Amino acid sequence: MAVEPSPPRPEASGGVTPWWRDRRVVPWVVQAAVGLVVLLAIAFLLGNLVRNLTAAGLLLSWRWLNQPAGFDISESLIPFNAQLPYWRALAAGLVNTIRAVLVGLVGATLLGTLVGMASFSHNGLLKRLARIYVEVVRNIPLLLQLVFWYFVVFLTLPNGAAALQLPGIVLAKSGLYLAGLGEGLRWLGPQLVNGVWQAPIRLTVEFAALLTGLIVYSGAFIAEVVRGGLAAVPKGQWEAASSLGLGWFATLRHIVLPQALRVIVPGLNTQYISLAKNSSLAVAVGYTDLYSVAETTLNQTGRAVEVVLVLLAAYLTLDLLISLVMNGLNHLVQIKER
Amino acid sequence: MSRHWIRALPVSLLGLGLLAGCAPEGGGVQSTKMAAIQSRGKLICGVEGKLPGFSYVLPSGQYAGLDVDVCKAVAAAVLGDPNKVEYRDLNSSERFAALASGEVDLLSRNTTMTLSRDAAGGNGLSFAPTTFYDGQGVLVPVASGITDLKGLAGKPICVESGTTTELNLADRMREQNIPYTPLKFQTSDQTFAAYLGGRCVAVTSDRSQLAGKRTSFPKPDEHTLLPDVMSKEPLTPATTNADPAWADAVRWIVNGLFQAEESGITQANIDAKVAEAKANANQADLRRFLGVEGDFGKQLGLPADFVVKAVKAAGNYGEIFDRNVGPKSALKLDRGLNRQWKDGGLIYSPPFR
Repeated sequence: MAVEPSPPRPEASGGVTPWWRDRRVVPWVVQAAVGLVVLLAIAFLLGNLVRNLTAAGLLLSWRWLNQPAGFDISESLIPFNAQLPYWRALAAGLVNTIRAVLVGLVGATLLGTLVGMASFSHNGLLKRLARIYVEVVRNIPLLLQLVFWYFVVFLTLPNGAAALQLPGIVLAKSGLYLAGLGEGLRWLGPQLVNGVWQAPIRLTVEFAALLTGLIVYSGAFIAEVVRGGLAAVPKGQWEAASSLGLGWFATLRHIVLPQALRVIVPGLNTQYISLAKNSSLAVAVGYTDLYSVAETTLNQTGRAVEVVLVLLAAYLTLDLLISLVMNGLNHLVQIKER
Repeated sequence: MSRHWIRALPVSLLGLGLLAGCAPEGGGVQSTKMAAIQSRGKLICGVEGKLPGFSYVLPSGQYAGLDVDVCKAVAAAVLGDPNKVEYRDLNSSERFAALASGEVDLLSRNTTMTLSRDAAGGNGLSFAPTTFYDGQGVLVPVASGITDLKGLAGKPICVESGTTTELNLADRMREQNIPYTPLKFQTSDQTFAAYLGGRCVAVTSDRSQLAGKRTSFPKPDEHTLLPDVMSKEPLTPATTNADPAWADAVRWIVNGLFQAEESGITQANIDAKVAEAKANANQADLRRFLGVEGDFGKQLGLPADFVVKAVKAAGNYGEIFDRNVGPKSALKLDRGLNRQWKDGGLIYSPPFR
């Protein structure tokens, strides 16, 4: 619709241009007509929606939000129990979604950056491994990968003393246990008490499986974005830096990355938004995110349209917020014209 | 504005389909749904699809089960052929939207009848007679040593999201003040996979469903049902409020299966019974029931002998039960509440009069 109005031309000597040939008028008329059609279509759809909902006695109502939910949520950062109203349940789900998205963003960025940089390594093995990882992961649907991580990897882990143990980390079927600050602000590792692991930080395997899936999947795409950004920096920049005596890392840090970021950040924005939306696949691995809570709510209340509207609004807001932050970042890394 | 517009636009707008079925239907005897099924030449039946005993796919590729037999009986009564059914596997979250949008004609999918699902202000379903009276139970590994609900304190329990099961679990545990962790999954396959994977010490669902699923476990003997019955679960076929004439037809086809058992009419002897009814003008009840006289079929918009067709296709209710979930099946469930009312059960057909 971006029809550029051409600069006003001097009138041809003699005749007056009729308005329907006037380049200053026609684009406006066309745009107004298209806009009107779009508005009419929306009005028709909304009117139809309201009419049908009224006929079915299902006109939008939000009273159910204050009724007790009646179901429990397995893990929640904000206090929740079955007597609390539906809106609290949805809020708990939203917090769980945001938690998965935030940790996922950080993890996927770290992994993606490392793999993207590895594609430029002089080590052939590392370079090949990075390529294989990207090609394998980005060509398998995320849902399959999540089901794989949960049912094949995490649910086949042993429990108790047989659990997988690394310094500060224990991975068992009952969850992922991490060292952290315990009581009295002492550094505390995971401990086995009566056959049950205890640690300052405990993640459920559902959360761990979702995070692993999201990070591995988005990491592959981010790696490609990073690789593309680095490749966009002319080879001469590397050579110039090298002729000044800078090493590989110093070249990357001071010469290449600042230029590459201008290309990387917009691409990163898309990947971040995808990750936030993909987090709704959590329901496949039993993690109670916003979508999972909304689904239960929809079934218990029968308020399908309202619940879907809440979902739409929540994911839209989340993604717009991510875009806002990324656009700010984009502004920061652009070339400053002086 | 034609009905096509009403159907096409909001569905594509929200993908919910919920709105289409809500367009005002023409009243009267003629059912638009039945006309649609007849012109299409097949019944579209929503089933669970992976639940032994109720609806599952045999190695031969055919659907079988108690819920499936209800679909077959309805198809036979409406279209004259029990094989003219297209089955749609629906998970518990999809089922009501699929029915309301008209994607399926009949939901025969171990669905519990409840107030909110029946009410016009809730899901707006119209329930046929209950075909299986069930209750919620809990399945645990024998090795866990758990014998009652209290033994589940603090333990993770697997449950399918969007079911009455999920709410009942929350209610019962709260009543008895037992803390627990519900792990919710979207499909029963995922739910049972997580249970078998050892993520949960227990899985809860309708007792019949647990018994059915257990037959497909690698080692069924290593799992046991707790004695606690946590709820009433009347599993009932459903249509929508949008077409009362269609709902009536389904209701009386199911009642026909009940009444056939009560009257001693079976798949094997139905032809003899019809001949007997035709020969003997004094057998008024039998003649009306089998459509030899009277216009019951016509009142419902069905053929006069719709009961004969349904019973020929699927057998009477007792035969359907025995074949799919009773002594002749792997589930070996007791008739229990699902006996005829004369035998102390709840299966009771109102009179065909």
